[in-house]
Amino acid sequence: MKRIYVKEEWCLGCHLCEYNCAFANSGMTDMVKALRGKTIYPRIQVEQDENGVTYAVSCRHCKDPLCVKSCIAGALSKKDGVIEIDHDKCVGCLTCVLVCPYGAVVEDGSGVAQKCELCMQNACGTPACVKGCPNGAIVYEERGEAE
Amino acid sequence: MNFYPEFEVVRNDSRCIRCRVCERQCANEVHWYDEDGKVMLSDEAKCVNCQRCVTLCPTRALKIVKSDCRLRENANYSDQTIKEIYRQAETGGVLLSSMGNPNPLPVYWDKILINASQVTNPPIDPLREPMETRVFLGKKPDHISRNADGSLDTKLSPQLSLSMPVMFSAMSYGSISYNAHASLARAASALGIYYNTGEGGLHEDFYQYGKNTIVQVASGRFGVHKDYLEAGAAIEIKMGQGAKPGIGGHLPGTKAVGDVSKTRMIPEGSDAISPAPHHDIYSIEDLRQLVFSLKEATEYRLPVIVKVAAVHNIAAIASGIARSGADIIAIDGFRGGTGAAPTRIRDNVGIPIELALAAVDKRLRDEGIRNNVSIICGGSVRSAADVVKAIALGADACYVATAACLAMGCHLCRSCHTGKCNWGIATQRPDLVKRLNPDIGSQRLINLMDAWRHEIKELMGGMGINSIEALRGNRLMLRGVGLTEKELEILGISHAGE
Amino acid sequence: MKRYVIIGNGVAAAGCIEGIRSFDTEGSITVVSAEQHPVYCRPLISYYLEKKTDLQRMNYRSESFYTDNGAEVLYGRTAAEIKADVKQVILDNGDRLEYDALCNATGSSPFVPPMQGLDTVQYKFSFMTIDDTLALEKAITPESKVLIIGAGLIGLKCAEGLHGRVGSITVCDLAPRVLSSILDDKCAAMMQKHLEANGISFVLGTSAKVFQGSKAIMQNGAEVDFDVLVLAVGVRANTALVKNAGGNVNRGILVDEACRTSLPDLYAAGDCTEYHDISSDTEKVMALMPNAYMQGRTAGINMAGGAAAFDNAIPMNSIGFFGLHCHTAGSQPEGCEMFEEADENHIRRLFVKDDKLTGFMLIGHMHRTGIYTALIRNQTPLSSVDFARLKIEPQLAAMGSAYRDKVLKGAV
Repeated sequence: MKRIYVKEEWCLGCHLCEYNCAFANSGMTDMVKALRGKTIYPRIQVEQDENGVTYAVSCRHCKDPLCVKSCIAGALSKKDGVIEIDHDKCVGCLTCVLVCPYGAVVEDGSGVAQKCELCMQNACGTPACVKGCPNGAIVYEERGEAE
Repeated sequence: MNFYPEFEVVRNDSRCIRCRVCERQCANEVHWYDEDGKVMLSDEAKCVNCQRCVTLCPTRALKIVKSDCRLRENANYSDQTIKEIYRQAETGGVLLSSMGNPNPLPVYWDKILINASQVTNPPIDPLREPMETRVFLGKKPDHISRNADGSLDTKLSPQLSLSMPVMFSAMSYGSISYNAHASLARAASALGIYYNTGEGGLHEDFYQYGKNTIVQVASGRFGVHKDYLEAGAAIEIKMGQGAKPGIGGHLPGTKAVGDVSKTRMIPEGSDAISPAPHHDIYSIEDLRQLVFSLKEATEYRLPVIVKVAAVHNIAAIASGIARSGADIIAIDGFRGGTGAAPTRIRDNVGIPIELALAAVDKRLRDEGIRNNVSIICGGSVRSAADVVKAIALGADACYVATAACLAMGCHLCRSCHTGKCNWGIATQRPDLVKRLNPDIGSQRLINLMDAWRHEIKELMGGMGINSIEALRGNRLMLRGVGLTEKELEILGISHAGE
Repeated sequence: MKRYVIIGNGVAAAGCIEGIRSFDTEGSITVVSAEQHPVYCRPLISYYLEKKTDLQRMNYRSESFYTDNGAEVLYGRTAAEIKADVKQVILDNGDRLEYDALCNATGSSPFVPPMQGLDTVQYKFSFMTIDDTLALEKAITPESKVLIIGAGLIGLKCAEGLHGRVGSITVCDLAPRVLSSILDDKCAAMMQKHLEANGISFVLGTSAKVFQGSKAIMQNGAEVDFDVLVLAVGVRANTALVKNAGGNVNRGILVDEACRTSLPDLYAAGDCTEYHDISSDTEKVMALMPNAYMQGRTAGINMAGGAAAFDNAIPMNSIGFFGLHCHTAGSQPEGCEMFEEADENHIRRLFVKDDKLTGFMLIGHMHRTGIYTALIRNQTPLSSVDFARLKIEPQLAAMGSAYRDKVLKGAV
């Protein structure tokens, strides 16, 4: 299945992906209205290593999803390879945050968990982080499955 | 002396979401975030108006405008003239500039109009009819002879084959980045045209694109060795450059880092200052020696290009070159770009490429040696229309560099010489170099050339011409507007209405 | 066709069903469910009281879960005996279920220590099941004075759930701090302060000695008036069936990495088991829902003939009250070193021993803590990562570029 992969050699550390993510999942049509004066809670996180290399981390939609196995509310599930949160069922216990080895599940600012769902639940089409990356450092492509 | 900044950063705070992209993306450190006031602030004195922040701002909260705070200028002493005097009074130094001559000197391309067929000589529709844009550069035989079986008996000189009459002109690795070179090399390869190493040598990673590479030999001989000469499809001897005729290239030591110094074969951090002349060339005969030395070194497999700046007696110079054994002459007009040139030279030395090209083509025809060489025209060829006009004035092909840089993201801020190109082109700073992803850069170059090729075909079709070769030197297809008799005479074209 | 029997119908059982079906789509599955409900999210009962969820949404799986998986559920039935030698389960009604593989997922039960006068209390409840919760909900009024015995996870979640629906809430515990099983003094103090700021009263370091109708007299002499009592002292693993069948049992049913008991074809999973904690290298009852699922699934795969191992179990808890969250995992073995970073709103305590992260306690901002958990789970040598950066915040950047390439550039 297609997943989001990073090409750290082209990541500029501009953090636009985080803002595009927050906007795409805001449900609003204007970025200023959606984000101005607010703390953003993106589902993708830009990191920087000790050499200054930057790259973005989002859900790997992994084969052995500890978040799904650990969810105490049965709110996380894997459908057609995509790990989704049923926000109606999530009670915000954040067990998923505690178990995700990649730090890809995060709190959404209102107390419940959120994670990258490949922009399949919003109106974005191609994931917003991929579409908005100015340097092609985030790609959405097929790279096979884990053994 | 402090001046009011040339540009103002206009931030629409009601649109600013404090994402700080502007801050992270500005190598000049114009923007910063003030934690106390929770606002973005800026130091406009550092701004070069490269528009990187404007382009990346996700909410269009930014614009950069030219300041209207001027010194008390007059028609003779402009704001810039006065400031340049102040600056020199302060530093005692030669002023440096980048990119092409910005002054309002005539652009003849814009005073030349192209013909189209009506009624008696029908136009050709390039969407329905085949159109040939392929050209071959190199010495053409005066006549050919065939063997009994019809095969060619004449031994042809080596030729460059171009899918369209445009190539990427010389920009050295050093003046531009590794990723810019990668973009050019990959695009040239995909397009079936050529790019040019400039005088910075050829990075080992790019030998794989040798079939589409022109390797340059300039007065500093930087990066020149046997493998280098043999790696390319042609060798270009750079005698001069349109942006700075009469002087050699100059790469500051700060840019001669890492692979740049290795590729140039110079110590890291040392200034790479090319001499003004080639110290072994003081005559056409000397030039001939170098041409044949290079041919000898590459077993006569490769055509040799001699590149000269368009200067006053360019026609005579070209005539000499055409007799030197060179296969191709490249003429670079005074509006051509540069990564760094003394301002006075860039803005005051050389002549317009349109006049030089027309004069050279005419002279070589008059002397019956036009077929000895192909002519490449460079120095601010900005569009497919400029290409078509150049061909009709007598060029075989055009060199473009500024347009190629623009395709790769350059915003013509004319600050290449600072080495802090925010678009990852004219810089060696690794964090800036990575801003140009060659996947994107090469694709944009390919797109640009594809677009130009379509336009060239449209223009050719309109003239009823289906082969670019049939347009070469076809000055009947051109008319001038608002030009003097003398200008029309040099260009060899009639005035519109004639 | 194999016959699978699962005793219990909690999350471990659901995991077991899914584990079996990932390997064997043919065999019959029979689930013995004491409760009358399909598998539901037990820890959500406090959220139910809080009205953050409802009975419908508390279902762990979809309505068609059992039919989709071809499992038959015997609701309201319990197992009376396991006859391991003949591979039979005897039900409370005398029915016999023959099995080829059995999973004991009987969970745990509330533990009520003997307390004098408990029988004089009219409204007293445990807080373990939906039925407990519904009964408790029925008993409370906006004026109720609730006394909760036990300041552990269950007691405090109950307090949070009741908050706003009753007049007052007092929590008492013999331990001198709240959440004594997972937090140390400093962390517990921060959490207690936060709970108190939200109107929960505490009587700590003492326990109820005598109940007199609607009054509890503490061991230290203090008196607490109440009209609803919740008993949340602790739980005990339900081990009797396996113990009586001759299986090895300690505080829980002893299981290995494959979730096998000491008896052939008899597996156990969930809160009823005692198993290996790799963070402390000891056997423990770790009654945790995530582990229950993983054990159940492991058991299911192995029952169906596959080969699965749950070999990196650690204790871990994610719990929060009134917006203040707390993540703990692993353990603090003797002689471990602690790295702390704290201010008035958060505490980060990392415990390190023998070049490994053995545990952590975090209160406040919960961001990407799974990166820490993975360090414990994978027993990653800290000398192979940039621990100085990890101390500042959890980040893949500290894990080295090889790891990063592996997890970010390919499927994992």
